[in-house]
Amino acid sequence: MTALTQTPATAGPLALGLRQGGLEIKQFSRSREAVVFTMAFPAIMIVIFASIFDGEIGGGVNFTQYFITGMIATGLLSVGFQSLAIQIPAERDRGVLKRLRGTPMPQWVYFAGKVIMVFVVGLVETAVLLAVSTLFFGLELPGSGARWLTFLWVGVLGISACTLCGIAFSSVARTARSAPAVVTPVALILQFISGVFFVFTNLPTWMQQVAAIFPLKWMCQGLRSVFLPDSFAAQEPGGSWELGKVALVLGAWCVIGLILCITTFRWTTKRDG
Amino acid sequence: MTQEEPAIAVSGLRKAYGDNVAVAGVDLEVRRGEVFALLGPNGAGKTTTVEILEGYRHRDGGSVSVLGADPQHADKAWRSRVGIVLQGTGEFDDLTVSEVVRHFAGFYPNPDDPATVIRRVGLGDKERARTHTLSGGQKRRLDVALGIIGRPELLFLDEPTTGFDPEARREFWDLIRDLSAAGTTIVLTTHYLEEAEALADRLAVIAGGSLIAVSTPQALGDRQSAPATVSWRTADGTVERKETSTPTALIAEIATGFGGEVPGLTVTRPTLEDVYLTMIGHR
Repeated sequence: MTALTQTPATAGPLALGLRQGGLEIKQFSRSREAVVFTMAFPAIMIVIFASIFDGEIGGGVNFTQYFITGMIATGLLSVGFQSLAIQIPAERDRGVLKRLRGTPMPQWVYFAGKVIMVFVVGLVETAVLLAVSTLFFGLELPGSGARWLTFLWVGVLGISACTLCGIAFSSVARTARSAPAVVTPVALILQFISGVFFVFTNLPTWMQQVAAIFPLKWMCQGLRSVFLPDSFAAQEPGGSWELGKVALVLGAWCVIGLILCITTFRWTTKRDG
Repeated sequence: MTQEEPAIAVSGLRKAYGDNVAVAGVDLEVRRGEVFALLGPNGAGKTTTVEILEGYRHRDGGSVSVLGADPQHADKAWRSRVGIVLQGTGEFDDLTVSEVVRHFAGFYPNPDDPATVIRRVGLGDKERARTHTLSGGQKRRLDVALGIIGRPELLFLDEPTTGFDPEARREFWDLIRDLSAAGTTIVLTTHYLEEAEALADRLAVIAGGSLIAVSTPQALGDRQSAPATVSWRTADGTVERKETSTPTALIAEIATGFGGEVPGLTVTRPTLEDVYLTMIGHR
């Protein structure tokens, strides 16, 4: 370019990203249905599960301690994967993405905004879930720093994988109207085969093997190592918590999701050409 | 970059979607500081052409220079000098007018004052309104506000006044004249011929993917030089019509034939709309 070219945006990259995140959170918090359903859904689910299975899973550990792991994981899946895979096609249809593309906003800022929103919502939603479960259903919170640390990295890696896959999956739906129909079954099937609603090891072996391809199973397994006594590790399909494998699979999904995002993301609709 | 260099220079632009040729070799030059209108029926290649200039679409052939750069490789600095008002509105349902404009201001290195811009587009009393409560015309004004918040050197307006009432349209024209007076180059696509006539320094008519005319609105619609239609009743009572660029000579000739008054004589000149419709009809 030439001498007339102006200096780049005065706001630094960090400020740009945070601003976009703030905008996303503002939009989310003003959409009452989204707030109520996203925040309350996992808590309602734990109420239902804890009421149906109010006994022990064995060894003096109640069922809440098992199902909380599925509910946390499913909550992160819904915040990261489902909401983005439905929301982004809607924004694409409304022309929001095309309009942003016409500004000097760097592309990554849009994604940063989504990621910040997802992390904040995921954090609050998980906290609500833990509070309800502890107060009303006798959930015992992790008892050691090491377990909290595992909780942290499994949560962060898990929600990152879900978010990246959600953004990548947003290119699958051709229109905003078809997005929920495309996304919901994927999430629901993953939940059934990954041990969210049932004890994982009670599932048929082939189903366990299919589930092991996808991140949700590994998020649940990692979280079980946080909320269940170590004696339960022997009952896992691999005979241990396999935390290394958890990190590896979730990390791999982050990479796959990121590559798909970069290569397939569309700022305009199909009819825009 | 000198001021004499055109804002937009296009030559031999081609774009096809499969077998459907949308733009078939367009040459175009928009000078700095002028208001340039692009007219044409739906499907004529108007939007495709404009979106190539805006950097949204890739061309198949030809060369394009917008503000001295190829929009296909638009960078941040280039984007900050170009304002775009798209045909469809991209809404931010749960935000207020002020929040959206302020947010967009943050994308630009040297933005205008958001409150001033909001007033300028006539949304001063809607600053705190959620955007989903705005009427169609008000949403369009918000679109314009977002298009000009970065103080663009070049502004694209794609059918900006669709859904405006006559009063709002006049106000909008005043805004465009203001921007133009301040030196902004404006490229406008519109279906309203009176809008092109009111605003444009020059206009181009595009049909079937090709430019069929580039001129000033006056020259395009000029009744003095456009062919006139002379009609009269012949001796056997049928109406004869003849198109001519020399009506006076024709009438003199007919009058000689009749040896005096010509029965049912009319001479009509086409309006700008007639000229335009003839042009695109003849493709």
